[in-house]
Amino acid sequence: MYGQPSTSAEDSTEGCEPCHSGRVHETDDGRPLLRVSGVSKSFVGFRVLDDVSLELRAGQVLGIVGENGAGKSTLMKILAGVYQADEGTIELDGSEVAFSHPVQAQQAGLSTVFQEFNLLPERTIAENIYLGREPRRRGLVDTGQMNRDTEALLAELGVTGLRPNRRVRSLSVAEQQVVEIAKAVGYDARIIQMDEPTAALAEHEVDLLHAIIDKLTKSGVGILYVSHRLKEIFELCDAITILKDGAQVATKPADDLDEAELVRLMVGRSISSFFPDPLPGTEPGDAALELKGAGNGYVDAVDLTLRGGEIVGISGLQGSGRTELLEAMFGVRPLTRGEMLLAGKAVTPGSPREAIRSGIAMITEDRKATGLALSQSIIDNVLGVVRSVFPRRTGTARRQLPGLISSLEISARGMDQEVRFLSGGNQQKVVLGRWLAIEPSVVLMDEPTRGIDVGAKHSIYELMRALAAQGVAVLMVSSELPELIGMSDRILVMRDGRLAGELPGGSDEEAVMQIATGVVDAVSNSGDVA
Amino acid sequence: MRDRMGRVTSTGIVYGVLVFTIIVGTILTATEGRNFFATGNIAAILTFTSTLGLIAVGQTMVILVGSLDLSVPYVVSLCSVIAGSVMAGETGSIVPGVMIALAVAAGIGAVNGLVVSLLGVHGFIATLGMGLIISGYMTANYKGTSGSAPEPFRVIDTANIGPIPLSAIIMLACAVLAILMLRKTRVGHHMYAVGGDREVARLSGIRTAVPVVVAHTLCSLLAGLAGLLLLARLSVGNPTIGSQGDYDLMSIAAVVLGGTLLAGGKGNILGTLGGVAIFAVMDQVMSVIEVPSFLQDVFRGLVIVLAVAVYARREIERRPAPFERPTALDAALQEAR
Repeated sequence: MYGQPSTSAEDSTEGCEPCHSGRVHETDDGRPLLRVSGVSKSFVGFRVLDDVSLELRAGQVLGIVGENGAGKSTLMKILAGVYQADEGTIELDGSEVAFSHPVQAQQAGLSTVFQEFNLLPERTIAENIYLGREPRRRGLVDTGQMNRDTEALLAELGVTGLRPNRRVRSLSVAEQQVVEIAKAVGYDARIIQMDEPTAALAEHEVDLLHAIIDKLTKSGVGILYVSHRLKEIFELCDAITILKDGAQVATKPADDLDEAELVRLMVGRSISSFFPDPLPGTEPGDAALELKGAGNGYVDAVDLTLRGGEIVGISGLQGSGRTELLEAMFGVRPLTRGEMLLAGKAVTPGSPREAIRSGIAMITEDRKATGLALSQSIIDNVLGVVRSVFPRRTGTARRQLPGLISSLEISARGMDQEVRFLSGGNQQKVVLGRWLAIEPSVVLMDEPTRGIDVGAKHSIYELMRALAAQGVAVLMVSSELPELIGMSDRILVMRDGRLAGELPGGSDEEAVMQIATGVVDAVSNSGDVA
Repeated sequence: MRDRMGRVTSTGIVYGVLVFTIIVGTILTATEGRNFFATGNIAAILTFTSTLGLIAVGQTMVILVGSLDLSVPYVVSLCSVIAGSVMAGETGSIVPGVMIALAVAAGIGAVNGLVVSLLGVHGFIATLGMGLIISGYMTANYKGTSGSAPEPFRVIDTANIGPIPLSAIIMLACAVLAILMLRKTRVGHHMYAVGGDREVARLSGIRTAVPVVVAHTLCSLLAGLAGLLLLARLSVGNPTIGSQGDYDLMSIAAVVLGGTLLAGGKGNILGTLGGVAIFAVMDQVMSVIEVPSFLQDVFRGLVIVLAVAVYARREIERRPAPFERPTALDAALQEAR
């Protein structure tokens, strides 16, 4: 059970840098906590998981990587009891189990933190963690006990300062993630599966999550960890299982792999071409978009110049005003101060519609909620913006559609397939198509590769380079520093709603973080910014 | 249900509006040369709150689980005629009359809940259908008023405890029980969970049908109780008394006015009671100063729409705006808090 002290010898790993050895704790008799043997699963005749086997020991972190569609989610859902395997066996502590409902898995000590938050925003932290098993005294829910238990649970995870009676709605994404994990741990979980737990977190919040995972493994919990962030896979995991097209490519100790090798195994492509170079002939042109002393309720005193053919990255911590700056330019939260110029002409969009009319596109952070009409077809999605904002250009756009769609390399059954059945990467390509159809001069991107697999990321990067080559100005917000550094010609760093500094592309992560966290308050290239 | 975050909760706003309504009402009543706080006036307001209050308390639970109950006015009428017919003026038949009427009401609610949770029919449609069925049954079987309430039963309507009518006390007792249930029992907590996100509730091991069926059953039961109060008041069972009171839409309006989210998962009984009280005060004041009945409806409509607009505005301001100078409206809202 989680929370009981593990053997004291294990505490020697305290203070040790993320290391791959010495994590496997001999708290058991050598029997793995979880053994999956030859598990297969088909949906309507299509084999999505083919003969996958793996073992997880107490205190171990097993990374599961693979492109989207490789079968990671299916595997997790089978283990969680959402789906049932067609073939193969699952053993927990040596005895075979077959879960037909997620609750059975939880009660057996296998909890899952799904990618979508499973929390009730209007209820308190404690009410969420103890949902369905509220402590009772004389038949009535004992709120005091529930709050005390929650506090103790959070303290065990090393989290203090979260009052159990706060509503989940008022929490940051990272704090909600902590509540999710506490909920999983609260079931006395011995195995916790995490699906992309850091997809929505900024880098410094990831550290908090990793500290929690360290605490869990030290007490003998085994963790199955799915992530697209390869760096953290190496930091956290003892062993890595690589899936491709539903089949198991390899399971190796993390020490025997490096990032290049891992990417090669996942996609059969080497990492050197991961961030594509600018296409030949890409030249920064005239200023496409300028802000002069721009501000509203969320950002202040922003001066920037974005030239056609440029890819400019925006970095900053969560809450630094990154998204809000894009939203201001796109008219979601219109600017109230200063000036905005588009190709030299003063334009201050008061609504997204006005922004789109003047040639601005915005790829939002949350493609499912604000990027796509999930129950409409690929064609209807791609033509959606053109139809509503430029109805007269619909005919032309429709004729150009086949070319556009083939350049996006969307893999789907057909162009009339509903978007919600596509993988995250393909959905994101549809989002891009939707905006390319209006032939924008400025494209704002908010976390353009969040939660999509390596292969799809690569295609998105190539599309960004192609846009730049056509003279389009691209402004990209991202929490993933390697992506910002690898793709941007310049990096603007935001802090507290203002531009805190500018760095050339290819700067190191350290420099970006120092400005973002306020360690360094340098504004380099100040002539360019002002 | 305070947030303890320095912000006024929606319940706070409701009671603020109630105080405002009472102040305006006092002034308007005074222009007619009458006293708002006169015992008779207050008693009339409280009597109004008793029937609508019972129904709205039930409706709150149904809305919290993400459903709706449009069959309440027919349940009210049905219980009044069933109990009236069973009692038929006989004091000895009071207990069977009450028991049979409430059992029928609870059965109707349970069926509503099962249809909603197991067949997956939205509450709007399920209870609309149930309402039509009951209405058809009554048209066929009860021509005009039926039965009569014996004298001892009518005491429920006429008796007062101190200055407060017994019927209002019955309603408040039910409201207190409902509040305790929502806050202190698992099924209460699970009502919020199922209404907030059915899938999250399911993945947390909750049998999602249970809170839905319980909410619908309690709602119909409370509507039945309201039917009995009306039987005591009118002394005869009336198959159209529920529809005359517009209890379906008025109760939903009171719940929403009380700050409960129409989509479910958020809200509380205390707010609903505030909403009912606002309607009661408005009704009494408008009838004292003799506002034409069509205008009364216009005012009710305005209040409902304005209230929901205020809540919607509160939902929008999710993130603080560190650089914004407050607008006049924000300043006024700040002041109001």
